[in-house]
Amino acid sequence: MNLINPNFISFVILALIAVGASLGVVFCKNPVRSAICLVISFCVLAVLYFTLSAEMLGITQIVVYAGAIMVLFLFVVMLLTTANQESLNPKLDWRLILASLFAVGLIAVIGFRALLPFNQTITPRAPDGYGGPQELGMALFTRFGYPFEAISLLLMVGIVGSILLAKRRVR
Amino acid sequence: MNGVPLGGYLLLGLLMFAIGVLGVVLRRSPVVIFMCIELMLNAANLTFLSFARYLPSLRSDDPAMLSRQAVSGEMMVIFVMAIAAAEVAVGLGIIMAIFRLRDKVDVDDLNVLRG
Repeated sequence: MNLINPNFISFVILALIAVGASLGVVFCKNPVRSAICLVISFCVLAVLYFTLSAEMLGITQIVVYAGAIMVLFLFVVMLLTTANQESLNPKLDWRLILASLFAVGLIAVIGFRALLPFNQTITPRAPDGYGGPQELGMALFTRFGYPFEAISLLLMVGIVGSILLAKRRVR
Repeated sequence: MNGVPLGGYLLLGLLMFAIGVLGVVLRRSPVVIFMCIELMLNAANLTFLSFARYLPSLRSDDPAMLSRQAVSGEMMVIFVMAIAAAEVAVGLGIIMAIFRLRDKVDVDDLNVLRG
C-alpha cells in the first residue's frame, strides 16, 4: 500500500483541519467562536463527502448544516448570552482528566475492535456515479418511501413542538 | 478519490466522535453541548458514507447491486440530517424556555426536576 500519493496527502490535510476545528468547538470559551469552528468543520466534512463521491449529500451538508442549523445556533447564542463568557474553570481539573480518559478509552476500544478489521480495505467497491441527485431522488421516492413519509411527519412534529416551546404563555 | 484507505475515514470519524463526547462531558453551556452533539452526528454520517463507498455489499460483485447498496447508505445519512434538524429546533426551543425561566448558563444548575 503506497500512502504517498496526492489524494492521501490532501485527505490528511483535510482531516487535520476537521479535527482542529472540532477541538476548537470544545475548547473555545466564546460560544460564537465555537459556532464558527463548527462551520469550518462542517464545510471540511462536505468536501470529504465529495471525495466519497456523494456529491448531492455534500451540497446538502453545506445547505442544511452550514446554512440552516448554524444560523439557528448563532441566533440563539446572540439572543441568550449577554456577554456571560462561560468560564471553563474553576472545577475544571478533575473534569478535564475524567473526560480525556473517557475519550481516549473510547478511541482505544472502538479503534481496536472496529478499525483493525478494516485495515486491508483500500480500494472502494462501489462504482462511481451513485451519489447524484437523480439516483438519490429515485431511491428516496421508491424504495425509501415509507421512511421518507415518517421523517416528514417527524419534522412536522418538530415544527409544532418548537413553536409551542418558544411561544410566550399568556395567562 | 482513490489511494485513501477506508481506515483513514473511519479514524477521522472516530476522532470527531470522541471530541464530541469530550465536549458534552466538559462544557457546561447547553448551546455548546448541542454543537458537540451535532459533531457526533456528523462523525456518524461520515462513517456511514465511507462504508457506503468502500464496502456496500460483500456478497455481490454486480455494479448495479453495489451502487444500490451504496445509495442505501446515503439514505441513512439523509435521515440522520433530518433528525438532527428536528432535534436542533426542539432542543433550542427547550433551551430558550429554560433561559426565560432563569438567567443561568450552567447545565449543572438545571436541577428543577430533581426529586
